[in-house]
Amino acid sequence: MSILIDETTRVIVQGFGKQGAFHAEQCLQYGTKIVGGVTPGKGGTRQLGLPVFDTVGQARRELEPTASVVFVPPAGAADAILEAVDAGLALVVCITEGIPTRDMIEVRRFLERSRTRLIGPNCPGVISPGKSKIGIMPGYIHRPGTVGLVSRSGTLTYEAVAQLTALGIGQSTCIGIGGDPIIGTNFVDAIRLFNQDPETRAIVMIGEIGGTAEEAAAAWVRENVRKPVVGFIAGQTAPPGRRMGHAGAIISGGSGTAAEKIRALEEAGIGVASSPADIGATVLKLIGKNSTT
Amino acid sequence: MKIHEYQAKEILRRYGVPTPRGEAAFTAEQAFRVAEKLGGKVVIKAQIHAGGRGKGGGVKIAGDAAEARQIASQILGMRLVTHQTGPEGRIVERLLIEETLPIERELYLGLALDRSLGRTVFMASSAGGVEIEEVARQNPELILKETIEPGTRLRPYQARRLAFGAGIPAPLASAAVAAMIGVAEAYQDTDASLAEVNPFILTSDGKICALDAKMNFDDNALYRHPELVELRDRKEEDPLEVEAGNHGLNYIKLDGNVGCMVNGAGLAMATMDIIKYAGGNPANFLDVGGGASAEQVKNAFRILLSDPNVKAVLINIFGGILRVDTLAAGVVQAARALEIHVPIVLRLEGTNLEKGRQILAESGLDFTVATGMQEAAEKVVQLAQ
Repeated sequence: MSILIDETTRVIVQGFGKQGAFHAEQCLQYGTKIVGGVTPGKGGTRQLGLPVFDTVGQARRELEPTASVVFVPPAGAADAILEAVDAGLALVVCITEGIPTRDMIEVRRFLERSRTRLIGPNCPGVISPGKSKIGIMPGYIHRPGTVGLVSRSGTLTYEAVAQLTALGIGQSTCIGIGGDPIIGTNFVDAIRLFNQDPETRAIVMIGEIGGTAEEAAAAWVRENVRKPVVGFIAGQTAPPGRRMGHAGAIISGGSGTAAEKIRALEEAGIGVASSPADIGATVLKLIGKNSTT
Repeated sequence: MKIHEYQAKEILRRYGVPTPRGEAAFTAEQAFRVAEKLGGKVVIKAQIHAGGRGKGGGVKIAGDAAEARQIASQILGMRLVTHQTGPEGRIVERLLIEETLPIERELYLGLALDRSLGRTVFMASSAGGVEIEEVARQNPELILKETIEPGTRLRPYQARRLAFGAGIPAPLASAAVAAMIGVAEAYQDTDASLAEVNPFILTSDGKICALDAKMNFDDNALYRHPELVELRDRKEEDPLEVEAGNHGLNYIKLDGNVGCMVNGAGLAMATMDIIKYAGGNPANFLDVGGGASAEQVKNAFRILLSDPNVKAVLINIFGGILRVDTLAAGVVQAARALEIHVPIVLRLEGTNLEKGRQILAESGLDFTVATGMQEAAEKVVQLAQ
């Protein structure tokens, strides 16, 4: 099984221009049910042979989508997310990078009052290998299986996936949650879904220095997760400094260093890969150990 | 984006926040004229984008305008080193000349984003004028917080709670509340990522005043604030980092000798990590972004090779949808155009991998191709020695 998306997920593309169409075509080739798109002013035309609408509401009535992927440029992206939330779509994946934080503060408040799940923004998207891919990640590096992967990063996620696949370890679903200050789905949300999914047998979380999201995830794992969890934190050798300023540090309640995060992960019983080249091997070791007990 | 104290105070003044009388000065002569206009004792404050200026000798009091000129001429052009500038410090090119005020108490005001709440938080503390991080560590109960609901402003009752909670006496409370609301509105209207007034003072003659001010802004929102972009002081930024930013690259210079060029920030940090594990030292962090076009690669080469310490370069690109042959052609083109003489190790991943390797092999240039991050790191560290 998989979480969030599978072969039944019907997807519309918001911002169905050149960039959106390029990635949508890759998704179609992977087998994703892209059913159409929305570009205001282009309603009635076709893109990749699929119908284009002016509003998400129209697309929803005609196409009955369950998910949307947003490629709208930063200035209009938050509004595009809100339009999808307003139309009641279950899942919105926002790829757009560079959305102002103030806009995302408003989106976040909207989300709290809706049933829509947002992935991103500024993320590679979600893939359930062999079933559906909503995002910009390369499909071919994935392999269907039972490891759930959640990551703040883009290309580092691909690196980890490629290592798993090379070792013959398939993935149930891989989620890039995005690196922005405000995101729709965080580590805890994703890990909770993986924990509930009976066919996800192990979880990989890939974090980075900064913030406290990894620490929160570690605390949640310690209380709630009995499946094997592997973690990696990028930026272990990043020099100190470049800090965000006093107020930022006070609010996050810690400096978010790699050492602090790794300690939190280890205390939660998470198997930490110290080198980025060892993520796959660490998973193999844990799953192997698990299957013998 | 950061701005100077005097610029932050100009913004706060527009929102009705009281600040000391004063003006910026770029020469000792200007400092003299400002001090003369203010009359009496003045304070001369070096304007750099870093805290700790007082301890570093960048803040001085002058008894009169003549002394102000003399002190200004000493501070202007000096290399000011503080705990936030790093050992290289910053050259002072701008001053703020202000009236001095009789300080009775120092408080702290600040706004920032609480990532876990997804909301802006206003903080106030009775313990101002000192490192607020110290206060947070030792006396967290002295920092009061109010959350601003999205789409709304800091409410007067919230400001009152902060003002009375921080022990501001009743006669000054309404002025303090108005100032707090002003700071909060300035923060929200300008898409700030940080605003601090430290110290926010009560004077012995019964007034309140923002004695120091700091504002940072969300780079993603600058497109809707052209007036803020004009406040940018390029001299406060590393010229290479500025140039990289102009090309859509994210570059941070470090002190090692292994240059890195990577797509994606997470993978770039992981690449630095693995270089260290292999016994080397990264010369930089460089994220070429998701696209990594030939033009991007060329710009990235030029920037990272302008660091004379770079003895070898590791290119780690997980192309994904990007085709490796296109990428390899771009690397060859850039290496030829720039006549690169340091060894280059490439670790490329993506479609058309074999064709990409062939292009590299046939180029006749000094490329080492590695499979996997581990091997790439080991090879580049060896070549850099």
